[in-house]
Amino acid sequence: MNALKGRAARAWYGFAAGAVLLFAVAPAALSDFRLGLFAKYLCMAMVAVGICLAWGRGGLLTLGQGVFFGLGGYAMAMHLKLADAGPGNLPDFMQLYGTATELPWWWRPFANPAVALAATVLLPVAVAALLGLLVFRRRVKGAYFAILGQALAAAFAIWLVGQQATTGGTNGLTDIQGFFGYDLHDPVNQRMVYFVIAAVLLLVVLLARQLIHSRYGELLVAVRDAEERVRFLGYNPANVKLVAYVVAAGTAGLAGALFVPAVGIISPALVGIVPSIEFVIGAAVGGRASLAGAVLGAVAVAWARTALSEEFPAAWTYFQGLLFVVALAFLPGGLASLPAVVRRRRAAAPVAVGEAA
Amino acid sequence: MSVILGQTFTGISIGAVLLLIALGLSLTFGQMNVINMAHGEFIMAGAYTTYVLQKSISDAGISLLVALPVAFCVSGVLGALLERLLIRRLYLRPLDTLLVTWGVSLMLQQLARDIFGAPNVQTRAPDWLTGHITLVGGDDPLTVADNRLFILGLAVAAVAALSLTLRLTPLGRRIRAVVQNRDLAEVSGISTSRVDRTAFFLGSGLAGVAGVALTLVGPIGPTMGTNIIIDAFLVIVVGGIGQLKGSVMVAFALGVLQSVLEYSTTVSVAKVLVLVAIVAFLQWRPQGLYTLRTRSLV
Repeated sequence: MNALKGRAARAWYGFAAGAVLLFAVAPAALSDFRLGLFAKYLCMAMVAVGICLAWGRGGLLTLGQGVFFGLGGYAMAMHLKLADAGPGNLPDFMQLYGTATELPWWWRPFANPAVALAATVLLPVAVAALLGLLVFRRRVKGAYFAILGQALAAAFAIWLVGQQATTGGTNGLTDIQGFFGYDLHDPVNQRMVYFVIAAVLLLVVLLARQLIHSRYGELLVAVRDAEERVRFLGYNPANVKLVAYVVAAGTAGLAGALFVPAVGIISPALVGIVPSIEFVIGAAVGGRASLAGAVLGAVAVAWARTALSEEFPAAWTYFQGLLFVVALAFLPGGLASLPAVVRRRRAAAPVAVGEAA
Repeated sequence: MSVILGQTFTGISIGAVLLLIALGLSLTFGQMNVINMAHGEFIMAGAYTTYVLQKSISDAGISLLVALPVAFCVSGVLGALLERLLIRRLYLRPLDTLLVTWGVSLMLQQLARDIFGAPNVQTRAPDWLTGHITLVGGDDPLTVADNRLFILGLAVAAVAALSLTLRLTPLGRRIRAVVQNRDLAEVSGISTSRVDRTAFFLGSGLAGVAGVALTLVGPIGPTMGTNIIIDAFLVIVVGGIGQLKGSVMVAFALGVLQSVLEYSTTVSVAKVLVLVAIVAFLQWRPQGLYTLRTRSLV
C-alpha cells in the first residue's frame, strides 16, 4: 500500500513538473520559432500517448496511426480552409485546379466549426471502431494486424494523392491563415496555439493514466500477456483491444487536428507508411509501456530529427535506423526501463566481481 | 472481350512480380514467423546488382542472365547476415523484429543513396525482350510484351524450383519439419538455427531475383522496395503462412483484381478497394486461404 502511494505521489510530482515545464519554462526560454517547433513535437507526443496504450499496454502494434492523425488533420484543415475562403467561396487550391465549380458534398459539413471539431475525433474513432471490430472479432492478431495497419496507411496516402481536385493531392492542404478567427501569422496567436496544445496534451496524459490504472488497464495488460487465459476467464478480448485501439485512434486524430494550426499544413507525406512508423519509434525509444517514457521519447526523437536533419540529412537517416535497432533489439523497455536494468546489473555485479577475483 | 482479356494479362504480370517477392517472404515469414521489413531492400540490392553488372558487361542480354545468380547470392548473403546478427536474437519477439528490420531497411536505403545517388537509375532491356507477342490478331489485337512474359516465366521457374527443393531435398525436409513443429524438429536432431539461416539465405536470395525482374519494368531507386513490399506482405497474410500454393493463388488473384479495378476506377481508388476486399476476405478466413492445422491456441 505504501509503495503504491509512493508511486502515485511520484507520478503527481512528475505531472506537476511537466506542467511547469510546458507552461512556464518553455514559453519563457524558447523563441517564437522554436516554440512553434516545440508545439509540433507535443503533437507527436500526443500520438505516442495513444501508442503507449495500444502497443505498450495492449500489445497491438499500431502501424497505421498516420491514418487517424491524417483524418483529424484533414478534418481541421478543411474547416480552416473554408473559413479562410469565406462563406460561399471555394478554397484557393480548388479554384487553382479549376475542375470543381462547387464544393463537393463531403466538404460541406466541415464549414460548421462544431461539426469539424467533433469530426477531428469522431472520424478516426469511427474508422478505428469499424476496422477493429472486423479484425479483432475474427482474432486476426500479431503481425497480421500490423501489416493491415500499414496497408491502411499506404492506401489512405495513395487515395489522398489521387484525389487532387478535392484533397489537394500531393501538396495537401497548405497555407492555412486563420484559426477560428485568429490570424495565425501573429506570433501572439501562435503562442496561444502552443498553450492549447500543451493543455490538451496534459489532459490526454491524465486521461490515459486514469485508464491504465483502472480495472480496464489491468485487463488490457492481461490480454497482451495471455489472451487465451482472459478468454477462459469469461472476458471478450476483442472488446478490450477494441477500446484501446479506438482511444489511440481518437488521440491521434486530436493530435492531427492540433498539428494543423501549429504547422499550417497537412499532406499525404504526413499520413503514409513512413510517418506512421515514425510515430511508433518515439514511443519505443522512450519506453512503450510507460506514459512518461513514451511522451518524452516522442519529443526527444522529434527534436533530434530537427536538430540532426537540419545539419546532416543523410546522417539523420542512419541515426534513425540505428535508433530502431538499438532501442528494440537491446533495450525493449526503452529508456524508461534503464534504471531498472542498471539496478538489476548492479545487483548481479558482486557475483561477477567474485568470479574475477 | 479483348479488354477483359487484356486486363487479365496485365493482372497476371503484376501478380508474377508480386509472387516473386512473396515467395521469399513466405519462406522467411513461414520459417521463423519473422516479418522482415528489409526484404524490400534486398529487392533493391538485386536491382542495383543488375545495374552494376550491366555497367561492366556491356551486352544487356548476358548481363541480365549473369545478374540472376549473382543477385541471388548478394541478397542471400545480406539476408543470412541479418539473420545471424539481429533476427536470431529477437526470435521470440516477432513484432519487435518487424520494427528492427525497418530500421535496417532505412539504413540500407541511405547506403544505396550514398553509393548510387538519390535519383533513380535505369537499365537497358536486352534486344530479345523489347518486342511483344500477338495473342489475338485482327483489328482489336491483344499483345503481350516480351519482358512481361519473361517475368512470368521467371516466377513460374522460381515456384517450381522452390517447391521441388522443399519437397525432394533433405534440406527441404528439414525446413518443412521446422515450420511444422520447431521443438519436435530440434529434439529429432535437426539444427534449427542452421535451418533458419539457410531458409533466410534462400528467401532473401529470391528477393534478389525479384529485384532483377523489376529492372525490366521500372526504374531502380533507393525506395523501390518500400513501395511494393506491403503488397507482398498482404499476399502472405491472405494466402496463409508456410504454404506455397496459397501465395501463388493469392498473388495472381490480387494482381488481376488490382488491374481490373484500376481499369474500371482509378489507380488510387483501386488500392483502397483491394484493401477492403482483403479485410472482407479475412472475415471469412482469418488465418488466410490455406493454413497449417495445429492444435495450438495461438
